Amino acid sequence: MQEAAHGRAPAVATGIKRAIPESIVFTYQGDGDLASIGTAEIIHAAARNENMTVIFVNNAIYGMTGGQMAPTTLPNQRTTTSPRGRDVSSAGNPLKMAEMLATIDGPAYIERTTVHNIKGISRTKKAIQKAFQNQVDKKGFSLVEILSTCPTNWGMTPVESLSWLEDNMMEYFPLGVYKDIEEEK
Amino acid sequence: MARKLMKGNEAIGEAAIKAGCHLFFGYPITPQNELPEYMSKRLPEIGGTFVQAESEVAAINMVYGAAGTGSRVMTSSSSPGISLKQEGISYIAGSELPCVIVNIVRGGPGLGGIQPAQSDYFQSTKGGGHGDYKLIVLAPSTVQEMVDLVQEAFDLADKYRNPVMILGDGMLGQMMEPVEFKEREIKKVDHSSWATVGMGDREKPNIVNSLYLDPQELEDHNHKLQRKYDEITANEIRYETYNCENAEIILIAYGTTARIVQDVIPMAKEKGIKLGLIKPITLWPFPYDVFNDYVDSTKAFLSVEMSMGQMVEDVKLAVNGKKPVHFYGRSGGMIPTPEGILENVIEVLGGLE
Repeated sequence: MQEAAHGRAPAVATGIKRAIPESIVFTYQGDGDLASIGTAEIIHAAARNENMTVIFVNNAIYGMTGGQMAPTTLPNQRTTTSPRGRDVSSAGNPLKMAEMLATIDGPAYIERTTVHNIKGISRTKKAIQKAFQNQVDKKGFSLVEILSTCPTNWGMTPVESLSWLEDNMMEYFPLGVYKDIEEEK
Repeated sequence: MARKLMKGNEAIGEAAIKAGCHLFFGYPITPQNELPEYMSKRLPEIGGTFVQAESEVAAINMVYGAAGTGSRVMTSSSSPGISLKQEGISYIAGSELPCVIVNIVRGGPGLGGIQPAQSDYFQSTKGGGHGDYKLIVLAPSTVQEMVDLVQEAFDLADKYRNPVMILGDGMLGQMMEPVEFKEREIKKVDHSSWATVGMGDREKPNIVNSLYLDPQELEDHNHKLQRKYDEITANEIRYETYNCENAEIILIAYGTTARIVQDVIPMAKEKGIKLGLIKPITLWPFPYDVFNDYVDSTKAFLSVEMSMGQMVEDVKLAVNGKKPVHFYGRSGGMIPTPEGILENVIEVLGGLE
């Protein structure tokens, strides 16, 4: 395992994969990491179609640093750095990474899933399996964006946060397969 | 082996390949572009990999990833780009990964200019990124020396699991000189105890990181790094001296500036002035002790640099107040002339009489 600097995992993974192409390489990244500080790295790893797997956990907040606004924080969502709710007129709009990355010609597979219910967990498992199988089969860059909760920093009970995800996040970040080169054939 | 006329930047590339470096991650910036261009042409011919990264930040992190597998890997840039790489360099040093970083220095600060300078001495030798760490910094003054030091840099990086910086300047990078690639054995180092090359037969995974949340563990890690830096200081200091016995004034210069100073020595002799030169080749570790050999016999020291005065601080540490230490520098891409240096020497001597 290599620990990458915040946002740089796709570049570090590129270095590993290019050094040892037969190794199975994946990155595990949060929303602040992948959609803010590491935006350039993820876009260009996708554009180069690096044969790697990206597991992208989107919980709409910076959890490890204590609940600050993330690039995926929803409009009007309260965080410690958007205490009156995210005002898109000054704080900008959330980034829809799966949709953005799917516009690039490079990637093999991009899907957004959720883990807030059993059906979602089961679908997520299949998506992750496919994202790794693609790498084994040398099909190229595969990314699974997984909507997830953060009860502590959302200030909710775990059960409340599951419904909040379904009622709010899924509307802004619709689930689905955004790119699959197999289906395009 | 026959000598070949090569541009400095291209010679670095060929030297790296001959040292077994098959991975290069770069980003364009003047005046080092010939190096990534050369690698983009040559590496695919030998089954190696060249990637033009999306930024210097990405390039150094690709180096981190590849170095973490124990592979010989290199990146290059010039001053503003090296500033961008500092985060990654600190991580590489903290994680103890071997790699070679080339800085073909241009004038700063900020966007600065594209002409040669030596104003990245502090950044290269005193840290540059965050935390307590050291790079081994090698300063060639000819294209041949660049070739020899690049090859040596990979051995040093592997031996100490430490990033090595080749500190050139725009003049050396752009200059064409005849070079010889000496046959040398690539020293194979076994990295299997730490490199991330897959589990193999291991019971525990190898982990490359620089995170120590327990303060005592982090302090222990820093002590470990320091012991390594002490070992490097004990074993790897390189410098050359010219004409220093009984010299009235000893000039200290590295890289391009050292070559100019070598021209000043005979000019001064004609005027009856005996000048010496100490040319540090490792800027870190700096050759402090050699100054002890001459501090009693010389009248003063003069540090000549293409900066506003950076290495002069190490010269002052070395001389430790025993003799006057002077500075003469040009900056912003202006090159010191032999005449300008000699004039300064005469001023220093006048002040001493």
